[in-house]
Amino acid sequence: MDSPYRVLGPDGRAIGALPTFAKDVDELTKLYRAMVLTRTFDTKAIALQRTGRLGTYASSLGQEAVSVGVAAAMQLSDVLLPSFREHGAQLWRGVTLEELLLYWGGDERGNAFTGPREDFPNCVPVGSHAPHAVGVALAFRLRNEARAAVCIFGDGATSKGDVAEALNLAGVWKAPVVFVVNNNRWAISIPVAKQTAAPTLAQKAFAAGIPGSQVDGNDVIAVRATLERALERARAGAGPSMIEALTYRLSDHTTADDASRYRSDEDVSKHWAEEPILRLRSYLFALRAWDKEREEALLLSCGQDVERAAAAYLDSELQPAAAMFEHTYAELPTDLVEQQTGAVSYLRGL
Amino acid sequence: MPDLNLVQAINLALRRAMADDPTVLVLGEDVGINGGVFRATDGLWKLYGDSRVLDTPLAEAGITGVSIGLAAQGFRPVLEIQFSGFAYACIDQILNHASRLRKRTMGRLTCPMVLRSPTGGGIHAIEHHSESPEAMFAHIPGLKVVIPSSPQGAYGLLLAAIRDPDPIIFLEPTRLYRSAKDEVADDGASIPLGRCIVLRTGRDVTLVSWGGMVKDTLEAANRLATDHRIDAEVIDVATLKPLDSATVIDSVKRTGRLVVVHEAPLTCGFGAEIAARVAHQALTSLLAPIERVTGCDTMMPYPRLEHLYMPQAERIAEAVRRTVAYS
Ligand SMILES: Cc1ncc(C[n+]2csc(CCOP(=O)(O)OP(=O)(O)O)c2C)c(N)n1
Ligand SMILES: [Mg+2]
Repeated sequence: MDSPYRVLGPDGRAIGALPTFAKDVDELTKLYRAMVLTRTFDTKAIALQRTGRLGTYASSLGQEAVSVGVAAAMQLSDVLLPSFREHGAQLWRGVTLEELLLYWGGDERGNAFTGPREDFPNCVPVGSHAPHAVGVALAFRLRNEARAAVCIFGDGATSKGDVAEALNLAGVWKAPVVFVVNNNRWAISIPVAKQTAAPTLAQKAFAAGIPGSQVDGNDVIAVRATLERALERARAGAGPSMIEALTYRLSDHTTADDASRYRSDEDVSKHWAEEPILRLRSYLFALRAWDKEREEALLLSCGQDVERAAAAYLDSELQPAAAMFEHTYAELPTDLVEQQTGAVSYLRGL
Repeated sequence: MPDLNLVQAINLALRRAMADDPTVLVLGEDVGINGGVFRATDGLWKLYGDSRVLDTPLAEAGITGVSIGLAAQGFRPVLEIQFSGFAYACIDQILNHASRLRKRTMGRLTCPMVLRSPTGGGIHAIEHHSESPEAMFAHIPGLKVVIPSSPQGAYGLLLAAIRDPDPIIFLEPTRLYRSAKDEVADDGASIPLGRCIVLRTGRDVTLVSWGGMVKDTLEAANRLATDHRIDAEVIDVATLKPLDSATVIDSVKRTGRLVVVHEAPLTCGFGAEIAARVAHQALTSLLAPIERVTGCDTMMPYPRLEHLYMPQAERIAEAVRRTVAYS
């Protein structure tokens, strides 16, 4: 397999030919803003969790380029099926900051996206959404629509049967789907070396007869360019592919995890030098397309957006008890209506 | 009206549903050119081709997941799992996804799919081919579980299931596939889900059953009438979830006695749910303890002993006589 595709080196210098979109500074600053917004959100989410105002939260620290790069390559008419760590992709596609906070705060309204109505909600049972993406893609193919499904999952997910089955099914049916492995090197405490004896995760696509390749997942330009190619191919009817994006989980697995139990600070700090936001910022600075003032203004505006969303989330009223029952079926069966009535009147009496 | 067996009735309903609604797709292992291992999808591929009748690779969880994706996109997939013993591999997809997609997205995405699968014993099949997993599925919120007991019932209930906006497990008693014969009207009429079907009215005892056991239960009722002058009411549950408990409870309030019959194991079998609801809502009407005539808490035996495992008309009749003798 070729070495991972990369446009910017860790120091932010271009080491390969720029894809067309990357010659447009506005495009690059859009990607940059999206990554910074994602990280600002991440910081706030952790702060809210630490102060008891958000549930367990999965940080995307250091992985922003995967999320944002993938989403930036998609069209709005494509469908995203994320795992649970792709906040950047969801934001790019129009899920709001407040919806994200509602979801992670334990409120189903966070999944009733007002934005990308056909996108799937987060998938918590690891890898089990991979076959859904094949179904969505098959639907596009059956209706002759030039659309594609994008399914993102982690390195750990590639050990699951669901993913193997999905790759195989997608291959057989030439389904317009792109699988993205967000290889952040860890599945909680399990490093990739304990996950598989395969030297790459991308090669798991080969057994299904579909192309697989690696990309530097800390290089948002490379991620977006790779996904654009894979998506064009899928939409044109040439079939599925799998992209392994190599990044690193700089945070604990979730706010409930203590990564110091299984990896050292030295291990982690090496990877800070490769993180995606710094990399693009260095490039933009060198181009003189970015400066200290713009950086400060951006941080301020992201901070304000996030604070506004947090305030709205913290102000939101709880759903009434009856909501537990709603949407269980299109029409609630009699026995469920009885349970609903019982629960509501009992709770009212408290 | 033609005399059809249960497989032919399923086939007829699939034909009707596909003709009526272009979003209905059939998929599964060997459902295409081969028409399904029991021939339930016979001829569909010829009519509709690869775009609506999809032979799938051998991957039960995967094809269940694919059906979920198709359903979320507005198709109505009807997925065949060759035997319900292989549907265990689908439970993660059904439980974690199909049954709760509507809820998790507050109705933004829905999952109108039907998982069809042969169920139950009595065909002397090799191990894993005679399972009765209905109670496992009935435990899952957001799901509906339907089991027909006759060709006409299979036709009408399957049409209702395919037209329903929510995910459905549709279990077809293998034993009845070829043995049951009905005149089936291909009138496109569905039989409403969530309603029990009273097959025989009676004053002395309520017999409740579903699927392949309905036949034996009716036979027991007939024997009891002729040999013992016991007048049994027989109810075919048809839809286990959502359960129409009102019909059962009304009946028990009149008869004062309840015997539930199923071939799945006793413990946590669906009979327990019915017994609990009757005990809760008709306790003072009961003249005798509720009886359950069921399979045992054992592995479904290999075929040479399966006739000893499955409730037979005589075992059912004996349980009824016990309840009558009680008071
Ligand atoms: C099927 C399943 N098994 C176990 C878990 C518990 N769990 C949550 S995340 C996780 C690790 C996932 O690793 P990976 O796929 O690499 O994704 P990452 O968390 O690194 O983004 C585990 C074991 C789960 N959610 N689902
Ligand atoms: Mg990982």
